[in-house]
Amino acid sequence: MISFELSKEQELVQKTTKEFAAGELRNIARDCDEDNKIPQKVLDKAWELGLANAAISEEYGGIGMERSALTTVLICEELSYGCATMASAIMSPSAFIQPLIDFGTEDQKKEYLPLHAGEKFKAAAMALHEPQFTFDPTDLRTRAEKKGDTWIINGVKRLVPFGDTAGHFLVIAGTGDAGLCGIDAFILPRDIGGLTIDSKTEKTMGLKPLPFSRLSLDNVAVPDTNRLGGDEGIDGRALINSVRIANSAICVGLSKAVGDYAIPYAKERVAFGEPIAKKQAIAFMLADMYTETECMRWMVWKAASQLDQKVDATKATTLACHYVNQKTIQIADNGVQVFGGHGYIRELPLEMWLRNARTLSVMEGMVSA
Amino acid sequence: MVDFSLNENDKNIIRALRKQGEVQRKYARYYDDHEEELAPDEFPEAAEFDYIKQMEADRGHDGCTPTVFFLLKTITEYRGDFLRLRLPPYALGNATLASVGTEEQQKKWGHMLLAMANTEPGCGSDSKAIETTATLDGDEWVLNGEKIFVSHGVRAGGVVVWATLDKSVGRGAIKAFLVPKYAPGFILAKEEKKMGNRYSDTAAIVFKDCRIPRENLLGLDETIKTKGGGGFKGLMKTFNLTRPFVSARGIGHVLACREFVTDELKKEGIEIDWEVGQYKRTAVQQKLIELEAELEAATLATMHAGWLADKGVYNNLEASVCKSKAGDISRKGPQLALEILGASGITHDQLVEKWFRDTRATDIYEGTAEIQRLVIARSILNYSSQELK
Ligand SMILES: Cc1cc2nc3c(=O)[nH]c(=O)nc-3n(C[C@H](O)[C@H](O)[C@H](O)COP(=O)(O)OP(=O)(O)OC[C@H]3O[C@@H](n4cnc5c(N)ncnc54)[C@H](O)[C@@H]3O)c2cc1C
Repeated sequence: MISFELSKEQELVQKTTKEFAAGELRNIARDCDEDNKIPQKVLDKAWELGLANAAISEEYGGIGMERSALTTVLICEELSYGCATMASAIMSPSAFIQPLIDFGTEDQKKEYLPLHAGEKFKAAAMALHEPQFTFDPTDLRTRAEKKGDTWIINGVKRLVPFGDTAGHFLVIAGTGDAGLCGIDAFILPRDIGGLTIDSKTEKTMGLKPLPFSRLSLDNVAVPDTNRLGGDEGIDGRALINSVRIANSAICVGLSKAVGDYAIPYAKERVAFGEPIAKKQAIAFMLADMYTETECMRWMVWKAASQLDQKVDATKATTLACHYVNQKTIQIADNGVQVFGGHGYIRELPLEMWLRNARTLSVMEGMVSA
Repeated sequence: MVDFSLNENDKNIIRALRKQGEVQRKYARYYDDHEEELAPDEFPEAAEFDYIKQMEADRGHDGCTPTVFFLLKTITEYRGDFLRLRLPPYALGNATLASVGTEEQQKKWGHMLLAMANTEPGCGSDSKAIETTATLDGDEWVLNGEKIFVSHGVRAGGVVVWATLDKSVGRGAIKAFLVPKYAPGFILAKEEKKMGNRYSDTAAIVFKDCRIPRENLLGLDETIKTKGGGGFKGLMKTFNLTRPFVSARGIGHVLACREFVTDELKKEGIEIDWEVGQYKRTAVQQKLIELEAELEAATLATMHAGWLADKGVYNNLEASVCKSKAGDISRKGPQLALEILGASGITHDQLVEKWFRDTRATDIYEGTAEIQRLVIARSILNYSSQELK
């Protein structure tokens, strides 16, 4: 039955996140971007709300909220409405936690989930991206080969968030044929032999404050027990779709922020004797921003709802991501245009949003829905 | 719960409608080629699909909400073709009657196919600028003026005509009148020849001292409003209901194009692998994804507008959002499809070139692309129609 109805719980989570983002994120976004800093205080505050880890069940020390990709995309959109960088930072441990909840064996859950059910933000990240320009999760260069009871992993990962502090990484590697069914996820403690984390974090055009790291894996030997899902492995499609759709949800929040921010300005800014909003070239841009943001959101919801229903969400995810990536960059770009020269100056958030939009919309993602 | 899946009942109905579409397509080319012939109200096979009505009656309450279901149905019917096996006794005039007519008027006129005439040679988008006048003479209204582009103007039993009681007043003096075909002074002046939608007649009608009874004023409110929209608001309210359906029709056609392209390419061994990255896709596959993504966006926006209507939420903004998006895709979708198909796509032996011509009108009638953007912009900027023209 086609329905856009959120559950009461989802409405509550949405509202709480919205308020948090308005109060804590929007006002610090520019300073964070300038100083390349992510305030620990804010990470901890968001963590207290359980935004990234609420689905950890009570037996592992969590709150035990229903595990729902839809709820997560709501959170991502709302956080990103405040600040896409902080949204990515706050939610990045989810790319370690959610796959563990979804695919982990009993032993794996018991060992790793309680570590992330505490009161303070605890970094953990998925290591997915690779340096080659033709990077594609269906064809990873990082490979894991099985030798007896261990897996030997070789490859290079980059753009791993919180690589400087994360206690554990979920390294995604190819184990079978090309395609998302040919990938596996391995739980690696940061001090495992053969893993080198670059001492310098990577500098990026957007999401600047996020400490991204490059990881080199040189014959890293991982025991079989650290293969996510044990003998069963994982559903590679569901894992990657969750990452992609969360990233798209962050784009939706950013796009909405741009549209909403441009409206009062366009009504106030006068050119040739009237507010620029009264000129159709501007008014129509704003109308399209609104329309596209709505469409993007529904596409993200559709993919997320399919993930929750445990049906193959690959097509819905690909369509959503394709659409969202294109429209987000267009909206952020037009955002700068509405503000003219002022959009280009670092006092206002427009140029930052454009850099963030370009960055997010070429990434697979670093958060899991 | 947020959900985009269909239950078995609804799926079965959609399947049956797709089967019906195969029959619709049998006749589609003929009536495209023979524009001068009025397609019959009912084709021989129509009765064979009466069982769908029974399925609808039996769908129960756990399926899609009524408007959403009706939108899905419309998409699927128009995926078949514009040409329907049985013409529903329902056109834009009926929608106006339903939203602003009195109970008695609905009883008297509801059974009849009613066209709607607003557009004139001198104005279309700017519908408050109409010049057709209505003057009260004793117990009769006397209409004078010219209307063009009246869908079903030939076939319909009556026309809902928009006219002004006083041109100097503007919107507040515009009223809608029920004009039966046989009224004295009702002159069917012309049948247009169109790019597409040729099965459907489009008429120009001249009203020359056309006399109708006083009670044929829709809604029966004779007062001229100097403030606010007056009867004009009724027209706009009608559009909130009908715009999602115009969207659904456009979407149905684009869906037909999209399926045709995917099926044909599949025969040539070209299919989309949904999980691979862009390096592993050809430009054609990338275009197919773009086509499908835009189609999906328009579809979901349309469902959203319908879903809000079912919840009783005012959906003026969302109706224009979906119409704007569906208008876009109804142009871009068939264009992309033909671009992918190449030269053989534009030939007469299949229908895709026809769908391209048919669905182009989606972004024109019931508010052009630009008018939808005006409505959306006014709504989000909180501007009146005076403040943003
Ligand atoms: C197949 C078909 C069926 C139709 N059926 C009916 C019917 O049943 N009843 C009926 O009354 N009408 C009907 N119409 C008419 C249709 O509603 C009008 O054609 C439409 O509203 C546009 O009006 P117009 O053609 O006068 O164009 P115009 O209003 O002259 O517009 C020309 C161009 O200017 C743009 N424009 C106009 N105003 C603005 C503005 N303020 N800002 C920016 N751009 C603007 C328009 O978007 C368009 O691109 C039908 C049309 C077609 C093609």
